[in-house]
Amino acid sequence: MIAALIVLPVLAAGLAFATRSRRLREGWLVGTASAHLALVARLAFERPPLVPGAWLGLDDLGLLFLLLVSLLFAAVAVYTVGYLRREPSEPRGDFSEGFLFSNEPEPTFVGCLLLFLATMSLVTVSRHLGLLWVSVEATTLASAPLIYFHRHRRSLEATWKYLLVCSVGIGFALLGNVTLVAAASGQAGAALDLDALLRLAPTLDPAWLQAAFLLFLVGYGTKMGLAPMHTWLPEAHGESPSAVSALLSGALLNCAFLGILRAHQVLEAAGAAELAAGPLRAFGIFSMAVGAFFLVRQRDYKRMLAYSSVEHMGVVALGVGIGGVGVFGAMLHALSHSLAKAGLFLTAGNLLARYASKRAEDVRGALTVQPRTAALWVAGLLAITGIPPFALFLSEFTILRAALAFDPWLAAVFLALLAVAFAAMIGVGLPMALGRAPAGVVR
Amino acid sequence: MTPLAVAAVSLVALVNFRLLGGSRLVPIIRGAALQGALLALLNVLLHVQELEHGYAALALGTAVIKGFALPALLFRALRQVEIRREVEPLVGYNLSLLCGAGALGISAALAARVSTSAAAGDPLLVTVALFTLSTGLFLIVARRKAVTQALGYLVFENGIYGFGIAVASEAPLLVEMGVLLDLLVAVFVMGIIIFHIQRDFSHIEVDRLGLLDDAGETSAAGRPS
Repeated sequence: MIAALIVLPVLAAGLAFATRSRRLREGWLVGTASAHLALVARLAFERPPLVPGAWLGLDDLGLLFLLLVSLLFAAVAVYTVGYLRREPSEPRGDFSEGFLFSNEPEPTFVGCLLLFLATMSLVTVSRHLGLLWVSVEATTLASAPLIYFHRHRRSLEATWKYLLVCSVGIGFALLGNVTLVAAASGQAGAALDLDALLRLAPTLDPAWLQAAFLLFLVGYGTKMGLAPMHTWLPEAHGESPSAVSALLSGALLNCAFLGILRAHQVLEAAGAAELAAGPLRAFGIFSMAVGAFFLVRQRDYKRMLAYSSVEHMGVVALGVGIGGVGVFGAMLHALSHSLAKAGLFLTAGNLLARYASKRAEDVRGALTVQPRTAALWVAGLLAITGIPPFALFLSEFTILRAALAFDPWLAAVFLALLAVAFAAMIGVGLPMALGRAPAGVVR
Repeated sequence: MTPLAVAAVSLVALVNFRLLGGSRLVPIIRGAALQGALLALLNVLLHVQELEHGYAALALGTAVIKGFALPALLFRALRQVEIRREVEPLVGYNLSLLCGAGALGISAALAARVSTSAAAGDPLLVTVALFTLSTGLFLIVARRKAVTQALGYLVFENGIYGFGIAVASEAPLLVEMGVLLDLLVAVFVMGIIIFHIQRDFSHIEVDRLGLLDDAGETSAAGRPS
């Protein structure tokens, strides 16, 4: 049953690569996405019990992220069908620099999209840290061609950076795996099996365990977009098609976060959670600061959304680092950030299609040009910056309360950075909806 | 370790210096291939008594992939892009060698600390593994050409593999195979991207020549991404 979550999209990907008819391919894509979602829903209601020692299994944490992946993919699949129909098949000029470029062949794009779904699902159901690593690296490889959909210089640069930075980053997580095995040396059967590791955790060598966690944090943190390893993120999110950006930001970053959480679980079971807390808080605050800094006066609205992801991943890491109620806040934050950010990227795609510019200052009066898209854009902006009726307010408030109890200074810095990010995003994003549309934009 | 194993480990370390000091790409790709194959064979050599058949076969398979398949992919990319050498690296070759010597020293100090703990690996092997790892990272940040950066990634992976041999050789077979498969696909995808980098960058310049008259129109009429 769980294996079907991976096998199904892989088979569909094979078919998508081979199919020449566009309608059939669209069918594969949307059909697989809905079947996957149905399967996940069924698994959520009748969860199969965890088998100790099995490599695949669904626990609470895995289910949460799996639900997100499946839900977002279903939305993106529908969006992609319309998107691909709009895309011209012949070479055309780039709208900001004028050079000619063409698109990746559609079978490759749709096939890789489905493979991306398979690999992300595998991440969420892995109960073996080795398998987890293999699948996280596989997500990088499956998604690299997606970023390179528009075959031109900038997307090529973004793809190369993504591939190299993430592969090297995840290499550190592999080193973390090796170190974890070393920490468990002498314990027969522990290896990298999560259940066995959790059971044997108190007997593991603490020094090796700490080293392993740091390597996991740096490794998967690269993929999660924690500063200062986030350098691939704005480029990849800015240059890839909006549907892909939505998946990267909404689903992929969480999958990488799951890798860190698994290592965190092991440390917790070993009674050494405080060894993990300090680095998590440090990376969290630093990511928030870097994100907020680059949000201020950001000119490109897709990059703005990307830096906002860096900031929010910082919030999530900080929440887990504070511990207690903060962990709950972090989970809620990861969930609601994914939904809001994916929605924002999809609406940004609509704006981009109409205004033909990624510069925020070129987009004005969206409320009169595309009323529904613009309304969603404004709602998304308010949600992502943590305005009260939205879930992100609740999660940020929860983390703030935990931070206050932990250290008032930390809470003050947290609040200040949130305020900067809020002002910056509203300052860039709101004028896009208001004002008069520039001449030449079709109503 | 047997004298043969010590010789192999030392050779791996020497190859690192060759990689740091070399500008011509063909020999340094060969060097990285030799290094990968040596490490895989070392795995067999060191664990020959305890190794099960599956693992021995996997180690030999690793030697073949790291020694032949991966360099073949890079050579193919190299032929397509017609580059022979790394010109104007960000860090000069002499300075690179000096950094290498420093990295070797730091690795040795780190290995000495590691070897006092319970899961101690052989200090020489740990030293060389850490040195290889840092050489790979150095090549990625200090060289300009995409091919050399991909090569640096390979060397980095070699280092992790070496570290794995030294401190922990008990990951399940399937995981080892998965890691190897990921590496293979990664280098394959990198090869394709390298080819596109070459093609697109010259392509763009050719385009620019044709578009000089009506560049303004083209960009205005351009469609969004």
